[in-house]
Amino acid sequence: MTATIETGPGATAVRHQPAVRLAGVTKTFRDGGAPVLDGIDLDVAPGEFVCLLGASGCGKSTLLTIAAGLDAPTQGTVEVPDGRAALMFQESALFPWLTAGQNIDLALRLRGLSARRERRAEAERLLALVRLHGAYDKRPHQLSGGMRQRVALARALAQDSSVLLMDEPFAALDAITRDVLHEELVRLWEATGLAVVFVTHNVREAVRLGQRVVLLSSRPGRVAREWRVDIPQPRRVEDKDVAELSIEITEHLREEISRHGR
Amino acid sequence: MDAEAVESKDALATVEAGLDALETSSDHEDSTLIRVVRAAYPPLLALALILAVWQLLYASKIWPDWKLPGPSQVYDSLKDAFSNGDVWPAVGHSIGHGAVGFAASVALGTPLGLLVGRFQPVRAGIGPILSGLQSLPSVAWVPPALMFFGPTPAMLYTVVLLGAVPSIAVGVVAGLDHVPPLYLRVGRNIGARGLASVRYVLLPAALPGYLAGLRQGWAFAWRSLLASEIIVQSADLGHSLGFLLKNAQDTNDMAGAFAAIVLILAVGVAVNQLLFVPIERRVLKTRGLA
Repeated sequence: MTATIETGPGATAVRHQPAVRLAGVTKTFRDGGAPVLDGIDLDVAPGEFVCLLGASGCGKSTLLTIAAGLDAPTQGTVEVPDGRAALMFQESALFPWLTAGQNIDLALRLRGLSARRERRAEAERLLALVRLHGAYDKRPHQLSGGMRQRVALARALAQDSSVLLMDEPFAALDAITRDVLHEELVRLWEATGLAVVFVTHNVREAVRLGQRVVLLSSRPGRVAREWRVDIPQPRRVEDKDVAELSIEITEHLREEISRHGR
Repeated sequence: MDAEAVESKDALATVEAGLDALETSSDHEDSTLIRVVRAAYPPLLALALILAVWQLLYASKIWPDWKLPGPSQVYDSLKDAFSNGDVWPAVGHSIGHGAVGFAASVALGTPLGLLVGRFQPVRAGIGPILSGLQSLPSVAWVPPALMFFGPTPAMLYTVVLLGAVPSIAVGVVAGLDHVPPLYLRVGRNIGARGLASVRYVLLPAALPGYLAGLRQGWAFAWRSLLASEIIVQSADLGHSLGFLLKNAQDTNDMAGAFAAIVLILAVGVAVNQLLFVPIERRVLKTRGLA
């Protein structure tokens, strides 16, 4: 059931135009300094769910920031044919001076929806999609961490992009909430057909969610290996297949980390 | 979709709703009366203590009456001042000058602060001067302003502006500096660039710092105004609170001087508590910061 394919960088054949294409992306923060990212090649197909996995210092957040267009690579190219990608962080980063609904409304307005009534209806629809009916007038501080992340998800969906980049979005949540949100995210992904790039340092989370898990090495960040995860959804973190693949990937992750201890 | 799948999706919704219910606290709001009483009694208690110590010092007769009048003498002096019609015109005069000077300071200090906060060369050039001006006692501007304008309202406003504008501008800069970079990045990601970023993200995010700057600006404006009023008197400037205080000094009336100080303090506290505190409280409360 678990077909584990080892592929080198760039070996994944993408038949159609990818949703995201990173080619030879290198990032150096100081002139002449060591690169944080070194020659990353990554194609994400439309509708694909890819998890980027790595220890601290692998530059996975930097990679996401570059893919989102918030930072430029030192070398290499980033292509998001469908325009800009939506981005979510570990913190919901909802604007505290707006209500939950107004946060979504702002994203809709900046997207170019000018009719107020249309925006209101769309915001309500998106809130319902993340199962927060009636939360339009709630202030972010009145919501729990999990609810805030769902509002942030609704705001990201409001951007109407076909790519969703997520930077450890559930890392600050408790285990029960994280579990529920995994299920919720997979449900939304299946419903919307978004391409998702999900950054995490949690191996089981990566295997629980992704169709493909890409392991990055640290300092510099390079694509070390990748695995295709053919376990059918709905998966659970506790599933035997998930656990087995997690153990295998963890071995490789540890090896990557150990290289820095020698 | 088969029945089992539907059921499992409903189960997810139910778990989610349960988590939401458990993790959301209801916002409990005390009644206005309870809040006012709760807010008022500590300062009233402190005031009572100060009065008690004052009365004790007075009763111990360490200093003669003309050096340290008792609370009751100051109270009588206040009562006289109110009954002979000196107080309200003086308060009105000072508040009027203070309000105009403060409004002008806001109008000048806000754009100045935005310039300094947003443009690095401007900050490098003007930033240190603003901080320096903030530490300069504004009373220092009274002699040159008096020589330039003579004993006119223009002289008062000059001193007020030089005291309050730097303070407000520094408040704006601090407000801008404390905007979490994450908000700006999220703003850019959802499409707020250039002016849209300033309007939809930067300014609202900087509002709490700006309000704190305004409050401080008012304190500087009021101080500068009173300093000018105490030092300079003229028919042009009329009877102000500063005039009452200076007049008490000229007639060697210590109780009158204390009464004037009480009035000056009262205006300062009233403006703070009735104008700035409620606005700040509202803004912070909507953001979950108070």
